[in-house]
Parts: sequence; C-alpha cells; structure tokens
Amino acid sequence: MIFTGRIHKFGDHVDTDVIIPATLLSNTDPQVLGRGCFSEVFPGFADRVKPGDLIFAGENFGCGSSREHAPIAIKGAGISCVVAASFSRIFYRSAINIGLPIAICPAAIAHAEAGAEASADLGAGKITVAGKSYSIPPFPPELIAILDSGGLVPFMEQRLKRERQSGVRA
Amino acid sequence: MPATIAQKILARAAGKQHVAVGEIVTTRVDLAMANDFTTPLALKQFHAAGASKVFDPDKICVMAGRHMPFRDIQLATAVEALRIFCEQQGIKHFYANCEGMDHALAPELGLIRPGMLIMNADSHACTAGALGAFSIPMGSTDIAYVFAFGESWLLVPPTIRVRYTGKPGPYVTSKDFILATLKELGVDGARYKAIEFCGDALAHLDPDERFTIANMAIEMGAKTGVMEPDEKTEAYVRARTQSAYDVVRSDPDAEFESTLDIDVGNMTPLVAKPFLPSNVVPARELRRTKVTQVNIGTCTNGRMVDLEQAAQVLRGNKVAKGVRLAITPATQTIYREALKSGLLEIFVDAGATVNPPGCGPCAGIHMGALTANDVCVATHNRNFRGRMGHRDAQIYLSGVYVAAATAVAGAIVDPQEVLQ
Ligand code: SF4
Repeated sequence: MIFTGRIHKFGDHVDTDVIIPATLLSNTDPQVLGRGCFSEVFPGFADRVKPGDLIFAGENFGCGSSREHAPIAIKGAGISCVVAASFSRIFYRSAINIGLPIAICPAAIAHAEAGAEASADLGAGKITVAGKSYSIPPFPPELIAILDSGGLVPFMEQRLKRERQSGVRA
Repeated sequence: MPATIAQKILARAAGKQHVAVGEIVTTRVDLAMANDFTTPLALKQFHAAGASKVFDPDKICVMAGRHMPFRDIQLATAVEALRIFCEQQGIKHFYANCEGMDHALAPELGLIRPGMLIMNADSHACTAGALGAFSIPMGSTDIAYVFAFGESWLLVPPTIRVRYTGKPGPYVTSKDFILATLKELGVDGARYKAIEFCGDALAHLDPDERFTIANMAIEMGAKTGVMEPDEKTEAYVRARTQSAYDVVRSDPDAEFESTLDIDVGNMTPLVAKPFLPSNVVPARELRRTKVTQVNIGTCTNGRMVDLEQAAQVLRGNKVAKGVRLAITPATQTIYREALKSGLLEIFVDAGATVNPPGCGPCAGIHMGALTANDVCVATHNRNFRGRMGHRDAQIYLSGVYVAAATAVAGAIVDPQEVLQ
C-alpha cells in the first residue's frame, strides 16, 4: 500500500497531550477524536488535513501518556501515515495495533518540508520526499503478523476462532 | 547466565531459563490493569474481536476512580459500563467510588508485589517498579488482548542503571532525585529500555518516597523502571498482603547498557520548566517567578509523606494573595490519615482547597484547569503544553517542599533559602 499526500511537519517530542487533550478522552469514536486532533495546541489542524496527508516528525513522536486515542485521532483526522525520526514505545505499538501506518526514517525527516508532496511505501520499505527515496528498517516478525491481519483486533479475532475450533476455548 | 531484574522477570513470565536483550518473547502476566480512560477503549476492542470471557478475573484489576465525583455524563456513563462488565466477568478488583487513583491504590491494597509482571493500560504503570515489580505500560488494544489471553509479546529491553549516592540535604526529596535524572537522560534517553534504580541513597527512602522515582521512568521514554526490593519493601508488602512474592535481584555480573551515577549529597531542590519534564534547573534560578496556582498531589506526590511535607511548610502560614493552592490526596486511605492527623485542618487554615482523592487537576480535565495567563507549580510528572488547560499556561514541576513554599511566597522559591 502506498500513501501519498502533503507533509504536515512537527518537531521532536510531540506528546500525546498535544495530539489529543485529555478532555476528549471519554470518547472512542475516530471521527470525533479526529476533529479534536491537535485542537488545543495547533487549532484548525483537522481542517487543514486532506485525506491521505502524512505527518513528518522528529524524535520521540507520541511520548507521554498511553492514550490510544492519540493514534486513533491522527487516523480519524485523515492522516495516512506518520513518518518520524523515532517513536515513543507505547505509541509505536498502539499505532500498529489500531492500524495507523508508521515508519521510522530520520533521513527523510531531515529533508522534508511542510506542504511538500511525499509518499510512503511500507511494503517496499521506502519513503519518497521531493523525488528522493529513503529506505526504512523492516518491522519485527511479531508486528508483521499483526500488520498482515490488519491490526491487533482482527489478529485477536483469528486467534479466538482457532482456539474455539480446536476446543481450547468455549 | 547473569541477568538483570528485567531479564529474570521476563524469562520467568515467558517460561524460559534465560532471555537475551533484544529477544522478542511472549509473556504471561500476573496482573492486567486499566483505568477510567483506557478501559472503555479496551472493552470496545475486546468485543470487536469477538472475545467473551477474560482469561482470569482474579488477575484483572480495573480502577476507574481517578476523577470522582464524575465530571460529566460521558465519563459517568463510561464507568457505569465498566462496572457492568466487571460484574459479568466476575472481576472483583473493580474500584470506582472514592477509593482513589490506581497507581497509589493498587500498592496500598497489596495488589503489587515484588517479582510480578504487570501490564497496565497507563503510562505511569512504572510506578509499581518501586516495589520490585516489572510493570509495563500498554495501549488499550494491547490490554484488550491481554484481557482475553493473559499474555502479550515483549521485546526484552537493555537496562540502564541509575545509581543514587550520598545523603540528601534538607528539603531535597526523591522528586529531586528523579528530576536530576531527567535532566541527565532527557525525555527519550531510556526509550525502549528499562531503568534499574539503585544506590545507597535509596536506602534512606521509604517506599512511599520511592514511588515518586519509579513513577517518572516513563518521562524518559523507558519501558519501565524497577528497584531491587529491600527490607523496607518487604515490610511494606507484608503489611498489606498474605500472598506470596518473589524478590528478584540483578546478578552482580549482569550486563547493564550504561550506568548513570547521581550524587544527591550536594543537590539543591529542583524545578522543571515548561514544557518538558527534562527542562530542569535549581529552584533558586527561578526565584521571583510569580505563580497563580500551586497543585500538590497526583500519582507522583500524593502520598502521606508528601502531605506531611506540605503541612510542615504550611503550618501557621497563609497561601499568598492571588495564588490558588489545591492539595489532592491520592487515595481515600491517605485522605483519612491526613484528616485524623490534623493535616487537612492545617491546609484549610492556610487557605488551600483539599480535593477529593484521585488525580486532581493533573491531566487538565477536573478540579482546576489553567487559563492562558496562569503560571502553575505542580508536583505532577508532566508539564507538556496544554496538559493542564490552555496551551499558553506555564507549568513548572517540583517536589512538595518547593511547591508549598512557593504557594506561601507567591513566587517560586528554594525552600532551603526561606525555611529554617
Ligand atoms: S495523577 Fe496524573 S499522571 Fe498520575 S495517573 Fe492521574 S492523570 Fe495520570
């Protein structure tokens, strides 16, 4: 799957309070969370996103709280993929679990300009910015299995089905 | 094979003799936890996947009382659904009345014991590391999976050893230990890694003070933070539970990725400036910074020892004009103890508000939001932009002595300079 769109650029240590304020956490609807994405600190962000756009960010993207509402909000806002120099541990897992594509690519970040066109081809392992391509490291096999299933929920569904069929689970 | 605490606990939970750093293993959990904000999403995913029964109701704990009394209909409705789920599943460890906030309540109830592997849908899961448990923060979907299967995959992390030495001077607290560590490691210095806190200075601290240190391991990006249990840990745990536990220590020749030595002997009280908890300077560098609000409490500093420190400063004093001081005991038990020992009266006499037990204003959703013009000193763990209300509100983090002395002075002060 190739994601193509304009770049929304962010710096280092974008935290989950900035991505989605805690006042919106009693909601789990991706559409509602999408409208609230970055709403406190970068008002109007959701309006500026065209479906398919990408976030390019610096180090430690998604640090702070474990709220999974953060990757859900980004996806709900219409962002197709987040490319960062590095991700916080919880955000990294959660993004994959809920099916928000992400990629680690410090070289691409260094050359990314806000508003420019970019594409991310996670299957082929490359990020393209301004006509130049950068390779990204492959995901560990445990994560590929989850990605291939379409996220942790379908992965879970398949395991439950197998266990019910084999009688391990009622 | 020599191993760290992290390796030993993960190996046991994975049913292996030894696990290597960098290896991915599937581990069984001893306890799965979630709270008011992360459980609703976890249950949505649990049901979406077609799960119907949790793996073991006795190994699940849902603590949904962070923001009592309820702030709005949405939260009240969400927690009501959690109560129904827990009743149906036979989950007895469900708390959503006035008991208090999870990271303080779970250890208080004896649910946290040395050697446990815990997965918790909250970033401050690491707080439990103060008792020698390996407690890992996860997202809601990961916890939904754990609720169904009792296990999850984990990368065995390298461990950074943080060694505190020396004897802290007056008004230097465990909060200053961890702020000094943040200054050194930065907000991502321990990303994907475990931190093992050790050193002779920890021996001076009670578990209640050690929680403050373990609590902020996540602020450096760590998978979790953990401390080797000692007699104080065991006394704390034995006083609260009959259940067996397993004291796990790193081998003397275990391999640490690096060691950071911090001498607390010549440290002065510290403050983290907006908007990162690693933005740490001595409190005296900020003197004359006027404040409008001071908050004492939270999972970082809302225990009895913290309230005693606050009372020590506030006794016979008044909160400065133009400053709002709110004090939030973390749990009902702490609240009752503070009531009985007269601390609450000292607070009220000083002009403070005493909040009901819970998280208070820490996440900007309950009990004291900030405006664009507010300047706040809080004993919390995070000062990200917008964390406590308006994005322009200035949030400083400190220990309790600095916060209480600041409330009295109306501006940031170093308690060493103003208190005898
Ligand atoms: S006190 Fe703050 S950091 Fe701690 S659990 Fe509550 S909201 Fe989270």
